Amino acid sequence: MSAPNKYPTEQLKLWGKAKQLREQYYQNYARAKDNGGLRWSGSAWALDALPAGLGDDVYSLTGEPYAAAVAHDRKFAKECMDAAESVGFARDLCSYMRIYWGGMHLDKYLYGGKFPKPDFIFQTQICCSHSKWYQHVAKEERVPQFYVDVGVGPYKDMNAARLDYVTNQLHDGIEFLEKSTGRTFDDEKFLKAVKNEMRSTSRWADICALNKAKPAPLDEKTMYSLYVLATLSKSSQWCADFYDELYDEVKDRVARGIAAVPNEKCRMMSDTQPPWSFLKIFRYLETYGAVSIGSLYTFALEGIWEDKPDGSWGGRSLPWEKGIEMNTRDQILRLYADWNLSKPQWQHFFDPRLKTEMMLRIVKEWQVDGVMLHLNRGCEGLSLGIMENRGGIAKAGVPIMTFEGNMGDEREFDEVRTQARVDAFMEQLGLRRQAA
Amino acid sequence: MITAGIDMGSRSIKVILLEELKVDGAPQLKYGVKKAHIMMPGDLDQDVAADKAYDEALASAGLKREDVKVVFATGAGRKQVSFSTEGITEMTAGAKGANFMFPMARTVVDVGAEEGRGMKTDAEGRAVDFAGNEKCAAGAGSFAEAMSRALQMTLKEFGDASLKSDKSIPMNAQCTVFAESEVVSLIHSSTPKNDIAKAVLDAVASRVCAMVRRVGIEGEVVLIGGMVHNSGFVQSLKVAMGVDSVSLPDMPEYISALGCALIAAERQH
Repeated sequence: MSAPNKYPTEQLKLWGKAKQLREQYYQNYARAKDNGGLRWSGSAWALDALPAGLGDDVYSLTGEPYAAAVAHDRKFAKECMDAAESVGFARDLCSYMRIYWGGMHLDKYLYGGKFPKPDFIFQTQICCSHSKWYQHVAKEERVPQFYVDVGVGPYKDMNAARLDYVTNQLHDGIEFLEKSTGRTFDDEKFLKAVKNEMRSTSRWADICALNKAKPAPLDEKTMYSLYVLATLSKSSQWCADFYDELYDEVKDRVARGIAAVPNEKCRMMSDTQPPWSFLKIFRYLETYGAVSIGSLYTFALEGIWEDKPDGSWGGRSLPWEKGIEMNTRDQILRLYADWNLSKPQWQHFFDPRLKTEMMLRIVKEWQVDGVMLHLNRGCEGLSLGIMENRGGIAKAGVPIMTFEGNMGDEREFDEVRTQARVDAFMEQLGLRRQAA
Repeated sequence: MITAGIDMGSRSIKVILLEELKVDGAPQLKYGVKKAHIMMPGDLDQDVAADKAYDEALASAGLKREDVKVVFATGAGRKQVSFSTEGITEMTAGAKGANFMFPMARTVVDVGAEEGRGMKTDAEGRAVDFAGNEKCAAGAGSFAEAMSRALQMTLKEFGDASLKSDKSIPMNAQCTVFAESEVVSLIHSSTPKNDIAKAVLDAVASRVCAMVRRVGIEGEVVLIGGMVHNSGFVQSLKVAMGVDSVSLPDMPEYISALGCALIAAERQH
């Protein structure tokens, strides 16, 4: 590690806009019925360009970012989890799911008023909790549900049969959307949404790639407030346009040497969702001059990546820029399925070694000095194989630490103990706390 | 030069006063322990307890506060030591102290009252990797203590009893409460106390071993912390780790305080 530096820093100009867009998203969902619009619910991984084919007045509530927002409100989060547990659900289930269920059972929405009832459920299945979550919602709310099974194996082994399997389900999904809403599916609107999603997710990857710069223009705590827009509505025009604007601003920060953390002297990366009500742990790192440059989670929960000609990792090229035709519904669905199946954050469901390889790639390309793994008891899906990842990263000679917690349930996070772990890890990396 | 290391553990406070020795000819240790002092505080006021333990240690060594050049603190309550110059973590301190006692140590296992941890160290005694238990008591001394209480034995009797058993009874080592109910069930099924004691210590050793394996078992293995005094646990740990021997320091509960004082001394040069 180099000697401590002092870099210039400044607030992100788009910070306020990102918060405003997020707030608007939740209000839009709550008010969808005011003008006869539709509401649907599913996960942040739902293939949301499909419901967009039903019209411009269709609004979603993606469960995980909603629950993460609730988790930040510790009192309401506890109220929701208590409500879910009082129905009889076990405390060791997905904490996002318990928070969503609790809000539904309490009939209480974080942004005020009653919990808005969806008109239908549109969901992907790669994580067990994702399926059970919305089965319960559909049963309670008495609304139709549709699930797309995307568990077809790692993208490196993709073949025509696997792609057919997912594409055919998407055809069925359109039929479901029309039948359950009585609306006609508009292929033009769908194509526009698919293009928006491809723009959003590729551009987010480009933005993350800019963080390879030293000093890092973004820190992970800030990135959480930016990547979230793709988890809300990646196929929307506003999301795609925002990321284009953000890319320009971050590129400008790199050109001017603007740092997220002015005393950057050590670069960290994390893994899985953080304990949302204790994001200050990232500020604690900064007292040592350590900046978390991101993680596979932040980069690739929504970001879509590819190998660039120079061997580096960057945003996946857009099909229409490569001259690939997107004329028929089947062509678009097929490309859309392929795009999503290449999502890096889906690969570890098939083999933890794939995740380890990607994490080591980030370590190398982003010049990471140490890795901090959150053993997240609140998410079985993203914690799956995490100790295999630890082993693989340690074997590669990269300093690594773990801490136990829960993204949504603060009862499983010990702040003092986690700080002690961070202290030990910083000592291991040869860092000492700096005077405030 | 005299430096002090204070280990603010969850059950006891350990103080080491370290004296730099005059080196006339090699091989010779550069530092020697001038005084080791342990105190079990009767109240929860840790800053007051730290003051008291430190003053007691100084008094028994015939020293005054101004005789000590620098004081470093470690342990869960290290931030409560108002008179310390710097705080360092138990991982760094334990690895350093163990390496001082056993220079070939590369794997250090520390099992104290509230936490068990494994450290991989380099030749200079730096912790290069570590793993520890999280919020459950399994893998820590308090677990064994609770189980010995359930059997109405002292910790010493508990450890000795386990050595008399050759049975292997699997039991839950995730949760002290559930494990205690398992112990009660074993008592009700007339299982001999020796076998129950071994089952408990095997379970603790298994948990500790799983943590240590995360960082890898290499070179000489050293066990530090209060559980060194439990001979049954030491035996169970050896078996669980698959090693022929585990090195045990003379004053195992002081090793982190020692490491702390050593680092304090080294930073003066």
